[in-house]
Amino acid sequence: MRIKLHVWRQSSRSDKGHMETYELDNVVAEMSFLEMMDTLNEKLTVEGKEPVAFDHDCREGVCGMCSMVINGEAHGPKSKTTTCQLYMRHFDDGAEIFIEPWRASAFPVVRDLVVDRSAFDRIIQAGGYVSNHSGPKPDPNSIPIEPSVAETALDAATCIGCGACVAACPNGSAMLFTSAKASHLGMLPQGQPERFDRAKSMVSQMESEGFGSCRNYAECEAQCPKGISIAFIGRLNSDFLKASLVEPIDRRGDMKAQ
Amino acid sequence: MLTLDSKIPVAPIEDAWTFHKNNNLRLVGPKNRPKYKVIVVGSGLAGASAAASMGAMGYNVECFCFQDSPRRAHSIAAQGGINASKNYRNDGDSTWRLFYDTQKGGDYRAREKNVYRLAELSTSIIDQAVSQGVPFAREYGGKLANRSFGGVLVERTFYCRGETGQQLLLGAYSALEEQIAAKKVKMHTRHEMLDLVVVDGRSRGIVVRNLETGEITSHAADAVVLATGGYGNVFYLSTNAKGCNVTANFRAYRKGAGFANPCFTQIHPTSIPASGDYQSKLTLMSESLRNDGRIWVPRDADEKRDPRNIPEEDRYYYLEERYPRFGNLVPRDVAARNAKDVCDQGLGVGPTGYGVYLDFAAAIEEKGIDAVKSKYANLFEMYQRITDDDPVETPMRIYPAVHYTMGGLWVDYNLMTNVPGLYAIGESNFADHGANRLGASSLMQCLADGYFIIPVTIGDFLSRHESGEITTDHPAFKETEAAVKDRVNKLLAVKGTRTAQSFHRELGKIMWEHCGISRNRESLEEGLRKIPALREEFWRDLKLPGNPKELNQSLEHAGRVLDFLDFGELMCRDALLRDESCGCHFREEHQTPEGEAERNDEDYAFVSVFEYKGEGTEPELNKEALSFDALPLAARNYKT
Repeated sequence: MRIKLHVWRQSSRSDKGHMETYELDNVVAEMSFLEMMDTLNEKLTVEGKEPVAFDHDCREGVCGMCSMVINGEAHGPKSKTTTCQLYMRHFDDGAEIFIEPWRASAFPVVRDLVVDRSAFDRIIQAGGYVSNHSGPKPDPNSIPIEPSVAETALDAATCIGCGACVAACPNGSAMLFTSAKASHLGMLPQGQPERFDRAKSMVSQMESEGFGSCRNYAECEAQCPKGISIAFIGRLNSDFLKASLVEPIDRRGDMKAQ
Repeated sequence: MLTLDSKIPVAPIEDAWTFHKNNNLRLVGPKNRPKYKVIVVGSGLAGASAAASMGAMGYNVECFCFQDSPRRAHSIAAQGGINASKNYRNDGDSTWRLFYDTQKGGDYRAREKNVYRLAELSTSIIDQAVSQGVPFAREYGGKLANRSFGGVLVERTFYCRGETGQQLLLGAYSALEEQIAAKKVKMHTRHEMLDLVVVDGRSRGIVVRNLETGEITSHAADAVVLATGGYGNVFYLSTNAKGCNVTANFRAYRKGAGFANPCFTQIHPTSIPASGDYQSKLTLMSESLRNDGRIWVPRDADEKRDPRNIPEEDRYYYLEERYPRFGNLVPRDVAARNAKDVCDQGLGVGPTGYGVYLDFAAAIEEKGIDAVKSKYANLFEMYQRITDDDPVETPMRIYPAVHYTMGGLWVDYNLMTNVPGLYAIGESNFADHGANRLGASSLMQCLADGYFIIPVTIGDFLSRHESGEITTDHPAFKETEAAVKDRVNKLLAVKGTRTAQSFHRELGKIMWEHCGISRNRESLEEGLRKIPALREEFWRDLKLPGNPKELNQSLEHAGRVLDFLDFGELMCRDALLRDESCGCHFREEHQTPEGEAERNDEDYAFVSVFEYKGEGTEPELNKEALSFDALPLAARNYKT
């Protein structure tokens, strides 16, 4: 296969950045997209040019590290697929491919296709957990959970935190990510005590990170490599609303063990 | 000579851990804990659980990872499940049984009391994970579900579809983020540990490179915990994430920590075969698939028919025929070697001839398509994504791949290396899996180490020392920093013609050929000649783009490849010294007439611990003798 690539190049956070064009003629259909990028980088290095920086790690679609907007779509044209699990067989011989980083003001570009997604970690810090210490705990079978509830919680928990939802959203909203975590915990008995606090503080952290607001475009669901449903956004909205109405005072400061 | 005091408690095996906690370990009081700084390197299951647990106790914890978020560590990719001897199925499981299975699976090359403790803690891990909201699979009544795994006769594996590692890691990650929010843990993402700082024989901190800015900085601590995973990527192609490397462990080894059993490498029997030279990694298909899949190859090497049209009598179900009792569920090493064996006989399938079928047709017929699909949904999807074939329609093709490394830094019962104040947990230590790890046991070990062992044992060391004795102003930090910078500059100064990637690939081929699925003296000796030659070429002909003061992924990779080059040599040396077969270490010279591994307990019932003796000098072999008091040595036999 012969392909033409247009790749976003940006040397640092402060650099303005630009697209550059490369041609590759030794691409085969069984190559993964990132193996194609490896091939490009090998070629650039040998030619004495700077290879393209991109994030990747597990290359099996689960670590959430890879992050490329390919031909205008987060993780490329194949649905429910991360960049690392995309194969060149999904492109035609002679294809022209545009590769850009995630675009969102809350995800600043670090270099080339690498962006800073630390805002996601801070949203989790705001409440994406069950407050807990390590140590003896009750036997899990003492708190039965309906399989359908556990499975739906897992549907939400399967989010890999890649940020495609933000890149896909015209508003750069992080609602799908935030709602997936809030719903995963909010559906399980373990997550009940902090459910409404969680909804409130995660949403407020999300807003302070500069993510846009949700306008129900549903592009996030369409481009999510794990197919996370926007129904979780509805769930979060409902919890957030209840939290704002019912529990106006946050007592956590008083309740924490000293 | 290293001082290897394993600190194994003198108490009956069933009480050893409790006895140790009650009688041998000192504690640090809650008011004093914030004075002690603990560095945790790595944020996978072991690192995140350790950092979160110690942070919650009140220690002043700093955690480092090279990824952009602690949630990305490679533990996330574990698919099948986690073992725990809950005995929920009432099928005769017990702590003892799990201990027995693990020790037997490891071919008696692990420390009994460590293994027993692991089995003992297994049930608490499930309780801990569920309390964090890990959504394990449930049965209709709402109770936890189980599946079975290779090498055992009970159902004790807990799972979340095929993403158990992801869910457990997200549990540990969320606990870690809770402590970060509480300012008990300080997280440093995109930082790579490039050296350990040792003062007067004691670990005092680390030197790291900020991968975004290239800045090299020092961090002092009262104790350093390495949770930096395994070194399977020495083979270039493995199921490890691309970033997995041996650097932190190898740097610690160069600073005096003993490296134990480096040659013990687990080759996983069920990975998707490589398709060409550009292949960058191998993708594992969880071995839980072996529960419902039947493994076979055509009996005729010239078979040309579509696998679906090959009648039963022309199929060779080699595991079922050779091992009637365990069948397709023999331990990983046995399954891997048999796959290689039938492929070497020319019976392999697929374009390269290095593949065997894993067939679900019988299970689908028996249980129905939906039952099978729901059990393995994301595995089937993953397979189809990579190969374009649907396993429901046509058998999968699988082949062994490097997956896990049982070797690692030598640690005592407290998980401390021989360098005081330096700990190693999870896959980065050597302790619990002997010469072969059972499926669904790595998650268990990482979390036992991180949630329950290190938070207790580290206090014993800290309580015996003043906090904050040495800061980064100490000359040892400046010296180590200078050495790290010097190494970076040397790499950039080579200005040759070959990329780090090409050297890594070549090293991988050498390792696979000479120190892979089966080994022999001649071949290992050849490997030991090839690696130094390749390293010389590396120093002569490496081409590195860019500069060290910015994000430079080629530079990161080159540093890791360099350590792999040195480390590969150590592996071959260990494999050569261990003149017996045991578990995954299969020396062709030592096999039974049936082709099984033949141990030599008289001469090799020890842990090989290598001691660094300086550049260009042979490392010294130290031995920790293993004793077998609870479980007498027996030949591993999965046939009857």
